[in-house]
Amino acid sequence: MATNRRIPADRGLSFRMFITGLLMVVLYALVIGILFSVFHNIAVILVLAAGFLFCQYWFSDKIALFGMHGRIVTPEQEPELHGIIDRLCALADMKKPRVAIADVDMPNAFATGRNPSNAVVCATRGIMRRLDEPELEAVLAHELSHVAHRDVAIMTIASFLGMVAGLITRFTIYAGIFGGFGGGGNDRGGAGQAAMVELAVIVVSALIYAISFLLTMALSRYRELAADRSGAILIGRPSLLASALVKVTGEMSRIPTRDLRSAEHFNAFYFTPALAQGTSLSTLFSTHPPLQKRLDQLAKLEAEMNQPG
Amino acid sequence: MGLFDTLLGRTKPVRANLDALFSLPSAAVTLQVTAGLVPTGRAGVCFKPPAGQPFADMQAELEQLLATPDDPPATATAPATAPATPTPAPTTTPTAATTPNPTPTTPLVRHVGDKFGYRWIIVEADAVDDLVTRVHMVHSSLQDAGWSTQLLCSVFGFAPGPAGAAAPEADSGAPDASGASADTITRPLYLVYLAKQGTFYPFAPTGAEQRDTELELRLRSMLADDLPIEPDLSRWFPMWDLPIA
Repeated sequence: MATNRRIPADRGLSFRMFITGLLMVVLYALVIGILFSVFHNIAVILVLAAGFLFCQYWFSDKIALFGMHGRIVTPEQEPELHGIIDRLCALADMKKPRVAIADVDMPNAFATGRNPSNAVVCATRGIMRRLDEPELEAVLAHELSHVAHRDVAIMTIASFLGMVAGLITRFTIYAGIFGGFGGGGNDRGGAGQAAMVELAVIVVSALIYAISFLLTMALSRYRELAADRSGAILIGRPSLLASALVKVTGEMSRIPTRDLRSAEHFNAFYFTPALAQGTSLSTLFSTHPPLQKRLDQLAKLEAEMNQPG
Repeated sequence: MGLFDTLLGRTKPVRANLDALFSLPSAAVTLQVTAGLVPTGRAGVCFKPPAGQPFADMQAELEQLLATPDDPPATATAPATAPATPTPAPTTTPTAATTPNPTPTTPLVRHVGDKFGYRWIIVEADAVDDLVTRVHMVHSSLQDAGWSTQLLCSVFGFAPGPAGAAAPEADSGAPDASGASADTITRPLYLVYLAKQGTFYPFAPTGAEQRDTELELRLRSMLADDLPIEPDLSRWFPMWDLPIA
């Protein structure tokens, strides 16, 4: 038996994630099929999107660190942070990622890097200042779970389709604007037909974009819950992660600094989203599950651990 | 981790690999012969205590088991070193189940917390074999109760000279001492057994958050035949303020 017999697997979460993934794969197959039957030069768009995402994937550690002004720190510079991560990695039997610190006051942490060997775990000064050591450890366990789950790779693949659809929409619109709708057709009927086709392409690809966006967001939320769960199991105390979440999310919505807004692009990598709860879109559009849902899951886990075995 | 687990975002808690522990006695002989280091007779098992009553119950049982000695607690050095455990942790509140033996004499097992939120079970025995057996008893008790996932490591103390037990005066300044005589080891040394990996690494603290990496690497080659040494040097994490110091 490979899992801890005290803590049963969360089949519900696995199932929802599986369904989301399945829907995504179906959508992929559908779209790629349609694309190849309709377009002839679709290869260009596919290559472009793949290239862009590949860069994002390959340089994810550098991009995220650059965007957040994070810098790699040595064990001599940050013995505490390294000490926590050393122990967690030994406990989880995983390779130790690089450790970085971002000199911003926003309380957050993120993990990035294309695979566990190239992973970086970054904490902001803000989160280190606000949380006590056990809570910080809980947050880092959550981030290490992202590394172990290869969430950067998964989310990159998941967002590929949305990106292709977005590119097609844009290209078609530009082609329509600059080439004139109908592409300079010779007779009126042909031009009208071509315009209709282009309009249809825009509508369909926008629709695909919307669907894949929703699926990506859903997947992201499930993966946050999965990381919460794995992190809490690793440290053995779900309530610590819960208290860290409460502290940090409370602070997140209360501090309206510039840092906060400039950081929104990086939401997907975060421990808690930088958008304030009140101002965010409906839960359907958010990368992170609502706080209450995360707390509920952790409470359930804590109850499971308290059951006499 | 398998592909399926990756796709579903699951990690399986890793269970401990405890068998390599029994190679320690032969390494102790090697250490004594080649480096003049003798065991201090004290070891610590470090684990992450999970929340919940089941674990607290198990811990109480374990203490009872260890507190019934098969030989009288004759380790004379134990009370003297009690204040030497520099744990500034506020978390050292004894768990609901405190040690059940009412005797104020030196117990064979003590409990300490550390500042990283881990707990230590300190085990003492005169002979290395007994020490290893006791540590293994702690390990397997945790394992049998289903908590081997919580084991971090076990640390065994070694000290220079045949007057072995004179360890606690260790880091009294004098940073030049380590540089001057590189070949005679004057400081305590620890062998850390990583429970999940089933490997050992030497840890030689030389003072306030300083370690003698050169000595550690020398010991690696010295002990390579006796112990499975952890190949990934990034796992050789320092453990300052060891409760068995």
